[in-house]
Amino acid sequence: MSDPKTILSVGIDIGTSTTQVIFSRIAMENTAGYFTIPKVSIVDKEVVYRSDIYTTPLLDRTRIDGDRVRDIVAAEFQRAGFTPADTDTGAVIITGESARKENSALVLEKLSGFAGEFVVSTAGPDLEAIIAGKGSGAQQYSEEMSCTAVNLDIGGGTTNIALFDCGRTAGKGCLDIGGRLIRLEPDRTVTYISPAAALVAESRSIHLREGERAGLSDLREVCRGMAQLLEECLGLAPQSALLRAVQTPGSTWLDLTGQRPIRAIFFSGGVADGVYRGLSAGEDPIPYGDIGLLLGEAIREGRLCSAFRLEKGKETIRATVVGAGSYTTTLSGSTITYTDAGVFPLKNVPVLKLSPEEQEAGFAGNAAPMAERVRWFLQQSDSSRLVIALEGEPDPSYPRLKALAAAAAQAAGELPPEAPLLLVVESDIAKALGQAVAARLTGRPVVALDSIHVDQNDYMDLGRPLMDGLVVPVVVKTLIFG
Amino acid sequence: MLDAKTIDAIAEEIIAKMRAGESAPAPAAPSQPRRDAAVPAQPPASRPQGGIAQGEMEDITSAAHKAVPTLRDPADYDALIRMKGRTSARIGVGRCGPRVLTQTMLTLRADHALARDAVFTDVDPAFLEKNGLFSVQTNCADKNTHITRPDLGRQLSGEAVKTIGEKCQKNPDVQIIVSDGLSSKAIEANVENALPAIVEGLRSRGLSVGTPFFIRFGRVAAEDAVAELLGAKVVCILIGERPGLGTAESMSAYICYDAKVGQPEARRTVVSNIHKGGISSVEAGAYIAELIKKIYDAKASGVELKQ
Repeated sequence: MSDPKTILSVGIDIGTSTTQVIFSRIAMENTAGYFTIPKVSIVDKEVVYRSDIYTTPLLDRTRIDGDRVRDIVAAEFQRAGFTPADTDTGAVIITGESARKENSALVLEKLSGFAGEFVVSTAGPDLEAIIAGKGSGAQQYSEEMSCTAVNLDIGGGTTNIALFDCGRTAGKGCLDIGGRLIRLEPDRTVTYISPAAALVAESRSIHLREGERAGLSDLREVCRGMAQLLEECLGLAPQSALLRAVQTPGSTWLDLTGQRPIRAIFFSGGVADGVYRGLSAGEDPIPYGDIGLLLGEAIREGRLCSAFRLEKGKETIRATVVGAGSYTTTLSGSTITYTDAGVFPLKNVPVLKLSPEEQEAGFAGNAAPMAERVRWFLQQSDSSRLVIALEGEPDPSYPRLKALAAAAAQAAGELPPEAPLLLVVESDIAKALGQAVAARLTGRPVVALDSIHVDQNDYMDLGRPLMDGLVVPVVVKTLIFG
Repeated sequence: MLDAKTIDAIAEEIIAKMRAGESAPAPAAPSQPRRDAAVPAQPPASRPQGGIAQGEMEDITSAAHKAVPTLRDPADYDALIRMKGRTSARIGVGRCGPRVLTQTMLTLRADHALARDAVFTDVDPAFLEKNGLFSVQTNCADKNTHITRPDLGRQLSGEAVKTIGEKCQKNPDVQIIVSDGLSSKAIEANVENALPAIVEGLRSRGLSVGTPFFIRFGRVAAEDAVAELLGAKVVCILIGERPGLGTAESMSAYICYDAKVGQPEARRTVVSNIHKGGISSVEAGAYIAELIKKIYDAKASGVELKQ
């Protein structure tokens, strides 16, 4: 058995309203006994540095100021005592209302110098919901308590919802509901109303207009409307047409049909503290020039906190950044194949997921469907690389495994010369499969990893092998820029 | 301890009785109606009943049978199912007063019987032939000696030495042996997939592999005698593990560099737990091939091999 090994991971979250950086140490260890096949697992995650919470610097209402974000990140690296070369993995998450995304690629480019060698840049409301739910502790809670738990990450622009059942992601969704959808001057003159907030106000016959002063009771009413939409979304009230209207473009619709009833609810994001704490008498309800505290109060007084068991997670406002820094990297299985360690790291490789029929054809000795699919995929996408992903089967016979290997080797012929053949299997057979493929393929590196679940349209980053080459760190993501 | 002959005799007697029952004009399957009458409908209704259903005997040692909790009215049925999915231990079985249920007891006894069968049966000669393995024997003359005299199970018989000398390639880089050890079922369940994976894995790494064969009534250290006899640099024995009540099909590989008769056990590297519920046989085969290459290159195994 080898000693525990730690890697340094950085998480950078550029949200609608705040920007944060954290560093965490991820410890991995061979947890298998001396007499069995190794099994390397992540055994501990520890956040070793938390930055201040900065207001996200903006060029105008929607566009992020990449230069100033870069300055913040550079200063935080320095204060933490790390250099970009120290980081082994991590993630940059850019979130918020969809209009923000226009200059995301530009912002990421500004950050590329700090991103280290194997830092992923990613976003997308669905992924953010899951990352926040992991960072807050909701996912772990649902696993440990064997129950369903929902995490509502309510930031400035959006509410990211993730439902976990026994640790498994059971549903996700995103609504344009947040604490900074209405912004105000100290005299309560409205400086900004988002389209979603305007819809909610209109539905409640509240008259709000930019440049005019808003009454506190009107703002409270709008927040109650927002809280009610969240209740509708989690099945506490019939769904109104308005709920569909505030669904964040590009996000998944949270579907509760077929799910077990929600037991526990967690809140994270900037509005969470308002939910857990509430407003005390005489306290300024608009200290940040927005409706964050009022929204928190409305949720606290609404049915979400009485219908479900209210739990407080380890992280609230930092849930997303901690999730990005600590939970995006996973490990491959510990019996894998790679014929050339020089191919790593690989970034942003698109995933081609074989259908059960295509996989079975391969197992049965018919190589054509797999090769055909690879050829089609390479023609459709302009990428010259791909990961061939398949479910595999738990205990294949050797003849079936050899047939599958032969099919994969044949499919590799569709790839550009000398491009590595990348195979990702869910069941634990990658060493056998990779070895059998490598025996049939010369002049082309072969990588076969297992114990990883990916879907069609995912992208993968594969880091350099760790723990004496036993495992490969992997990040699976749903969206990339540029 | 019962010897094999006694057990065979008992088994034959039972089989004879069962056959007699089959050919007789079906005396209204005695156990089934009474059982159903005695056991009221259990929640959930879909729970399969043990015993005889539609004329077929249900395999009470099967994973599917064991996955169904016999605990009545659990507080959280789904959670119990998940817990049972994580362990092969007999949890969620319920009780009757201070005792286990009859069903639990029967399953336990059946598992024990399987374990005994795995020890006392022989590997099917047709299986050995299919996998291209010739068979030799240790100095154990029969099963009973094999069980009671581990020392003899480490020695090759004179006949075995002669046969091995005639049939096997000398001085290979790697010699692979298959042996029943304490579970013939483990061999029948795993060798067919593991052996070719190992052999092809070694050849693709440029190592020469000797002629594999089977040792009946073998113990792990029989590999030392083979390694000395054939001058193999690395020897690997695939051997059936002593069955437990969880699985009777677990196989291990004991690998040794420059094995010598009488050497300390610490010189062996072992890969255990090769079975359907542990590491699959093809994956284990590929892993063993890589491990053997590492041992060959390091010229060391066991504790001498820095992991």
